[in-house]
Amino acid sequence: MRLSRLSRTTLGLVTGLILLVVYVPLLVVLVNSFSTSTSLTWPPPGLTLEWWGRAFRSAGALEAVGTSVQVAIVSTIISLVLGTLISLALQRFEFFGREAISLLIILPIALPGIITGIALNNFFRTIMGVPLSIWTVVIAHATFCIVTVFNNVIARLRRLGTNLEEASADLGAGVWTTFRLVTFPQLRSALLAGGLLAFALSFDEIIVTTFTAGSGVTTLPIFILNNMFRPSQAPIVAVIAVVLVLVSILPIYIAQRLSGSEQRR
Amino acid sequence: MTDAQPAIRLTGLTKEFGSVTAVDHVDLEIAAGEFFSMLGPSGSGKTTVLRLIAGFEQPSGGTIELFGHDVTKRAPFDRDVNTVFQDYALFPHMNVLDNVAYGLRVRGIGRKERNERAMRALAAVRLEQMAARKPSQLSGGQRQRVALARATVVEPKVLLLDEPLGALDLKLREQMQVELKEIQRELGITFIFVTHDQEEALTLSDRIAVFNDGRIEQLGTPAELYERPGSRFVADFVGTSNLLDDERSLALLGRAGEHSVRPEKMIVGTAEQSGDGVRNAWGTVVEAIYLGSGIRLVVDLDAGTRVTVLEQNDRHRAHDDERGDRVVVSWHDADVVALATVTDAAA
Repeated sequence: MRLSRLSRTTLGLVTGLILLVVYVPLLVVLVNSFSTSTSLTWPPPGLTLEWWGRAFRSAGALEAVGTSVQVAIVSTIISLVLGTLISLALQRFEFFGREAISLLIILPIALPGIITGIALNNFFRTIMGVPLSIWTVVIAHATFCIVTVFNNVIARLRRLGTNLEEASADLGAGVWTTFRLVTFPQLRSALLAGGLLAFALSFDEIIVTTFTAGSGVTTLPIFILNNMFRPSQAPIVAVIAVVLVLVSILPIYIAQRLSGSEQRR
Repeated sequence: MTDAQPAIRLTGLTKEFGSVTAVDHVDLEIAAGEFFSMLGPSGSGKTTVLRLIAGFEQPSGGTIELFGHDVTKRAPFDRDVNTVFQDYALFPHMNVLDNVAYGLRVRGIGRKERNERAMRALAAVRLEQMAARKPSQLSGGQRQRVALARATVVEPKVLLLDEPLGALDLKLREQMQVELKEIQRELGITFIFVTHDQEEALTLSDRIAVFNDGRIEQLGTPAELYERPGSRFVADFVGTSNLLDDERSLALLGRAGEHSVRPEKMIVGTAEQSGDGVRNAWGTVVEAIYLGSGIRLVVDLDAGTRVTVLEQNDRHRAHDDERGDRVVVSWHDADVVALATVTDAAA
């Protein structure tokens, strides 16, 4: 496509502006993590490494990271298993209500978190009679984490078609052997991409978590929210935020590379 | 049929997809060791029959027997037939050797033995030096041969080939046709070959079933199909024919019914030919197309029919015909084939 010089400049400027709006605040957080001011004033009166040291020694922060990692890993594993199974079911078999189920699977990611949160809170406590704990958070996260796995896997299955599976069956492999030797290796990068996204989704989730976490279960986002406005803790929060940015860039970057390389193939 | 037990016996085989009948009560016996082709236009049901034999589709009716055993209900992995797929369906994440060894691997044969056997199969298709490559690093013809090696390494009783040469260019196709025929002779197994290319079917096959609309239109040796097409469809689909309908047959041949004459059975000259059973018809050349090995002439006969004549480009060719020339087209009565008016002339 050919654009005039004017429109190219305009579009470039708009793009630049939007990127600035997105990324300048992140830079501010980065700078604040070195600020000598405890109330995140701008510009920082001075620079120090104190908060970085304190953050890594803060028991509350470390515990929150541990909880978040644990929740994210377990809900990712659940999503990988269930997401793959449901994708296979919907893509490889025809049955009544297939379209409806497909919609029901995707819906949780579009639902406002607060609705999911209230609904699950109600369901766990009053209907199931289950006390809120770390596991109720895991289940709640899995409901929407499954979507990223499902989307990745079903797209891959659709593109793969059934030729390879038929060839495998033709050569004498049963259903399970075919999955293990042919289908799964073809799904591997889709599972990795979906899994990383699921992990990232769970790791920074706060709304649903607020409604489903038992007392004493503090995930990292909840820890940040709780400490954000405590004067002495604010710079520590900034440190955590920077670490989180770095940690979340990585899986997204890898996931994108994976799906990108797939598209080019 | 030399063998007592046919390799494949289809009885009343039917497959419906919704309201569409893709395969319509097909009865067929294929002898062991035969190179059998299923020929037909796309949508004629030939590929569906192949997929039914392989077990990828369940028939709506009828039975499939493999050497006398009913395999109709068996899963693909439980049938002693193997398939060479149209797009080869090689496993992209495995190298060539692992692809070929796959059938042995899932049968629980140890790595050493299966690699040896896979290498032998690769050697048979002259690809042993490609063993470590990935399928994506091979050319179309090489992939084709890997698919063949992969399907034959498990020593199936019947090999199904679904338009295996469809994706290759002409030169490679012709070369692979010769190779396929050689491999089939060496292995001595039954080949069932699906194609829409009538020339390929004629070249390769011991027998051919011509499919049309889910049914077998005609079954016979290449010579039988070509020389004695049983219906208008076969006459038209297998090679080219001058088809004469009822009215034109009466005018030109003095007989009622549909008839067909092959273009190469007619000659074009400037004088009428004489002899027993020889017929002549005057006409005007409409088109003369130079083909290299021959010349295709389209002649409008005075009797009101347009015919195509194929002349050999040899020293006997009387003269150069041009558009507008007055010529006489001659043929022998024995080369006129009467076609059945109804299409169910299948054996």
